[in-house]
Amino acid sequence: MELVLSAGIGVLTASGVWLLFRPRTYQVIIGLSLLSYAVNLFIFGMGRLRVNAPPVLEPGGTGGLLTHTDPIPQALVLTAIVIGFAMTALFLVVLLASRGFTGTDHVDGRE
Amino acid sequence: MTWFHHLIVLPILLPVITAASLIPVDERNRTLKGVISFASTMAVFLVSVLLMRASATPGDGGSGASVYLLGNWPAPFGIVLVLDRLSALMLVLTAVLALATQLFSMAKWHRAGHHFHSLFQLMLAGLNGAFLTGDLFNLFVFFEMMLAASYGLLLHGSGPMRVKAGLHYIAVNLAASSLFLIGVSLIYGATGTLNMADLALKISTIGPESRMLMEAGAALLGIAFLVKAGMWPLGFWLPATYSAATPPVAAIFAILTKVGVYILLRLSMLLFGSDAGASLGFGQPILLYGGLLTIGFGAIGVLASQAMGRLAGYCVLVSSGTLMAAIGLGNGAVIGGALFYLVSSTLTICAFFLLIELVERARDAGADVLAVTMEAYGDVDENEEEKEEGVAVPGTMAVLGLCFCACAILLSGLPPLSGFLAKFAMLHGLFNPGSFGGDAPVSGAEWTYIALLILSGLAAMIAMNRVGIRTFWTSIEGTIPRVFLIEIAPVLLLLAACVFLSLQAGPAMRYMDATAKSLSEPQNYIGRVMSTPRAGPAGGE
Repeated sequence: MELVLSAGIGVLTASGVWLLFRPRTYQVIIGLSLLSYAVNLFIFGMGRLRVNAPPVLEPGGTGGLLTHTDPIPQALVLTAIVIGFAMTALFLVVLLASRGFTGTDHVDGRE
Repeated sequence: MTWFHHLIVLPILLPVITAASLIPVDERNRTLKGVISFASTMAVFLVSVLLMRASATPGDGGSGASVYLLGNWPAPFGIVLVLDRLSALMLVLTAVLALATQLFSMAKWHRAGHHFHSLFQLMLAGLNGAFLTGDLFNLFVFFEMMLAASYGLLLHGSGPMRVKAGLHYIAVNLAASSLFLIGVSLIYGATGTLNMADLALKISTIGPESRMLMEAGAALLGIAFLVKAGMWPLGFWLPATYSAATPPVAAIFAILTKVGVYILLRLSMLLFGSDAGASLGFGQPILLYGGLLTIGFGAIGVLASQAMGRLAGYCVLVSSGTLMAAIGLGNGAVIGGALFYLVSSTLTICAFFLLIELVERARDAGADVLAVTMEAYGDVDENEEEKEEGVAVPGTMAVLGLCFCACAILLSGLPPLSGFLAKFAMLHGLFNPGSFGGDAPVSGAEWTYIALLILSGLAAMIAMNRVGIRTFWTSIEGTIPRVFLIEIAPVLLLLAACVFLSLQAGPAMRYMDATAKSLSEPQNYIGRVMSTPRAGPAGGE
C-alpha cells in the first residue's frame, strides 16, 4: 500500500510539474490540478496509512492511536481540497479572460 | 477575560463582516460602499492602536503577549490567536496603508470594476489573520484568503495587461501554495503538532530521523514565503505584477511582500532561535545570501527601469531583500533597526505607488495626443483646466514635486527622514551588538550587507533623480495633471506618517528594540501560549 501511494504521489507530482512548465494555459491548469491532487494525497499520507481505523470516536468511547487513525490530516485535506478547488475555478476564469483578450492560449498572450 | 481581551479577534472579524455585508449593496452606490468600508477600516485601525498600546505596556502577566483561544480549547489542541509586539506593529501598519489606499481609491479607481471594497476588506481580514494566528495551518487558511482576494484585486480594472500579469501571478502563487501545504504536512508528520509555540518546544527534542523531515518541511515552507517576499531567483513575477495592478491595489500590495518577511522572521526566531538544539539557526545562510542577492538584483532593476511603476516594483524587491538579509544575519540588534526599516519603507513605497499614478496621469498616450493637438491650435489654457471641477489642489506640480522629493529621500535613505534613520539603526546594530551578542568582529557577509545597503540607496537616488528630472523639469508634454484633494491627501498622510516616525524616532526605536528583544527570547511567547487557561467556569464542561 505504501508503495502504491508513494508511486501515485510521485507520478502525479512529476506530471503536474512537467505540465506546469508547458506554454499553453490549459496545460498549466491541468498541471496545477494534478499537483494539488498529489499534495492532498501527501497530506493524507502524513497521518500514517491505516486500514480499518476510524478517525472519529464513538459516543462515550475512548480512543487511542492503536484503534483510531489520526483525524487531523483528514481535516487538513478537506480544507486544502476546498481551497484548491476554488483556486482552480478562479484560474479557469482568468484563463478564459486571457484567451478572450489575446485570442491565443499561450501563457504570455502571444505565440 | 475582560472585554478588552476580545478586541484581538476584531481585526479579522470586522473586515469579514463588512465584506459580506457590502456584497448585496448595489454597485451604483459605490460611494456608500466606500464610506462603510472606510469606516470599518478606521475602526480596525483604532482597535489595532489600542492593541499595540496594550502589547507595549507590560501589565497582565508581564510578557506582553496575549493569547485568544478560538473555540475555547486549550493551546496545543485548539486554534489560537496570539498578539505580541510584532503582530500589533504589523496590524497598525496594515491599517494605515489600508486607510490611505482606500481613500485614494474612492476618487475614481473603485469604479473600474465590481466589488472592489469587498475584495479589499477580505484581503485585510486575511492579512490581519496571518499576522495574528499562532497556528501553521490557520496561517495557510489566512494566507489563501489574502491571496484569493489579491487575485481579484489585481484583476480589478481588467484589460489585457492585468489579465496577463494576473495569470502569471496566480500560477506562481498556486504552485507556492502547494509547497506550503507539503511543508506544513511534513512538519505535522515529523512533530505531530501545528501550533507554533508547541512546535518550538518539540523541535529540540525530536530524534534525528524526524529532524530531517521537519527541516525539509521548514525549508519547503520557507520557499513558499520567499516566493511571496520576492527573493532573488523566486521574485521575477513581482515587478511586472505590481506595475500592472491599478495604483491603489499596487499600493496595498506593498504590504503583501512584508507578510512573507513577517512569517520568516516569526518562524526563524521562534523555531530556530536559541532553544532549537540541533536545528539552531536553520536556513539563516540562505536568508542572508538570498537577501543580499535580492538587494543586488533589485538595485540593478531600479537603475535599469524606465517606467516609474517598474521602478517602484524593484524598490519593493530591494526593501524585502534588505529585511531578509537582516533576518539572516541573526543579530538581534539589527532586527530592531530592520523593523523600523520595514515600517518606513512600506509606508514610502505605498505613497510612491499612489504618487506615480498622479504624476503619470498627464502622460498617458491619449492625453499626449490631446496635448499636442491643443498646442497646435494654440488652445492651451492650463489655469482654466485646473479650476474646472471639484476641489483641485492649487500648485499641483509643486505639491507633487515635493511629495516626489520626499519619496526619493525616503527611498534612498538620505537624512533627515526615517529612511535614513532606519538604515542608520541597522548599521549601528551591526557595529554594536550590545546586549544581543558578544564583541565578534564584523564578518565578510556583514561588510557585504553594509556595502549593499548603501549602494542600493545610491542606486535609488540616481534612478529617482533621473525620473524626477524627466518628469518635473524637462517634461515635454507640459500638461498639468488634475489632482483632487482626496487623491493627494493619502499620499500626504503616508509621508506625514514617515515624518512622524522621524520626529518620534526615539520612542519608535525603543518599541522596535523591545520587539526584537522579545523575539529573541521566545520562551515568553511559548509560555504564554501554552499556559493560557480556558475561559468560563474553571475547568467546567
